[in-house]
Amino acid sequence: MKEHETLEERLTQQGISRRSFLKFCTAMASLMALPPSTATAIAAALSQAKRPSVIWLSFQECTGCTESLTRSHSPTLESLIFDMISLDYHHTLQAASGFAAEKSRDDAMRDYYGKYLLIVDGSIPTKDNGIYSTIAGRTNLDMLHEAAKGAAAIVAVGTCSSFGGLPMAHPNPTGAVPVSALIKDKPIINISGCPPIPAVITGVLAQYLTFGSLPDLDELGRPKSFYGETIHDRCYRRPFYDQGKFAKTFDDEGARNGWCLYELGCKGPTTHNACATTKWNGGTSFPIESGHGCLGCSEPNFWDGGSFYTPLAAPTADISTIAATAAVIGAGAAIALSVTDRNRKKNAQQAHEKLTVKDLT
Amino acid sequence: MSLPGVRLRDISIKVENNDTSSIGNISALMVEIATLLEKFIATGATAQIDLKSLPLGQHEYVMLRDTLGSGEVSARLDAIGLSEINETKYPGVWWATHHNIEGDIVADLIEITNCPAILASQPQDMKKGLQNLQAAIPSDINY
Repeated sequence: MKEHETLEERLTQQGISRRSFLKFCTAMASLMALPPSTATAIAAALSQAKRPSVIWLSFQECTGCTESLTRSHSPTLESLIFDMISLDYHHTLQAASGFAAEKSRDDAMRDYYGKYLLIVDGSIPTKDNGIYSTIAGRTNLDMLHEAAKGAAAIVAVGTCSSFGGLPMAHPNPTGAVPVSALIKDKPIINISGCPPIPAVITGVLAQYLTFGSLPDLDELGRPKSFYGETIHDRCYRRPFYDQGKFAKTFDDEGARNGWCLYELGCKGPTTHNACATTKWNGGTSFPIESGHGCLGCSEPNFWDGGSFYTPLAAPTADISTIAATAAVIGAGAAIALSVTDRNRKKNAQQAHEKLTVKDLT
Repeated sequence: MSLPGVRLRDISIKVENNDTSSIGNISALMVEIATLLEKFIATGATAQIDLKSLPLGQHEYVMLRDTLGSGEVSARLDAIGLSEINETKYPGVWWATHHNIEGDIVADLIEITNCPAILASQPQDMKKGLQNLQAAIPSDINY
């Protein structure tokens, strides 16, 4: 695709009708979690959108974030979006290797200085001057500082680059930190998750392409449109929580009836993400729909927050009583419980303590 | 291969409870649709509900389909994947499901309108179509 071409021109050349383009924009609105009525505005903006350069740097990571994106079950939508960016450097996906690969990054940084979008997955080791992760003989630390200078904005993809993730978990042997700990003079958007939902990654890219701006962010730098509510807020099992119906084990009557998994360690009440609505595997389901509680993977320090299988917020009162009361008096009690959850989670993280069944009594 | 003394019919099978279909979301959604339809009739203001943004369980999704039912109009688009656009049994309430080429749902909408806009021919497409039509007319015919 030529640099001066717009998406609409590109699609017209491919024989794609205006009606198909409008359908694409309708899907984009849904992808970006915007009201369906914005599809027309998206069409108008995207018709004139130009192709931005994107540099993708992978540091201390497992490639799960890239796997998530490339395993997306919406290839048409994603491919159209990726058709709209110039992915000038991604050392896993690009064909070039060695000096040619590094040259492509240098060229993009020079040619699009101040304009390119920098995507980072993986945390950055800082201990011993960052020698624990290097690419082409250069530390991640060095590469990040260099690439960040000319970036219009930085997108931290995944919990590792957003909050440190697994590499930063206790005892953090490499001194791993997130992007935001190192770069202070650029807009940073965190797309957390281990891995993030592919539609959220493309949704943020779509927002940037469509409006030329970054979406509204929460206090942790995450787009509100996807992270504005907790998994618990949007969970289809929420009515059972409100009714005080909880599965006690993974194979009891409550589990078979699809009751709330709170007492089995579900971190939904303290986890902000779009899993409950956007879902995974082409909208098939998400962990709770498959009978497993949320791990809280899109929140900071989730690896150090205690066991995945014990209630992180070990209630001092009987949870059924609290939930039943909440159902009667409205959301107040649930909010209070959520605040208690967060405080207990914070304390557990600070002490790196593992909660046990005994804590429930 | 089977275990000694155990026959398949001896293994009890418990069918999962389907009561999750009635946990309350459908009633709320029906009220919202009725309110939007009432407003459309009174003011002409169209509206859309993005079903992908709602925490509907699979049972509830099917239940909503059954509740809204099928009306007089059913349309299919073949535009970068199939789209099914059906008027429900409540005139003015449409259900539009857009798939990509692989068949995954990329947008799923309840539309409150007299006709979903995407069904209309687009001016850009009509201009291109006119050129094609004119090119298809034999050159010795003067129209």
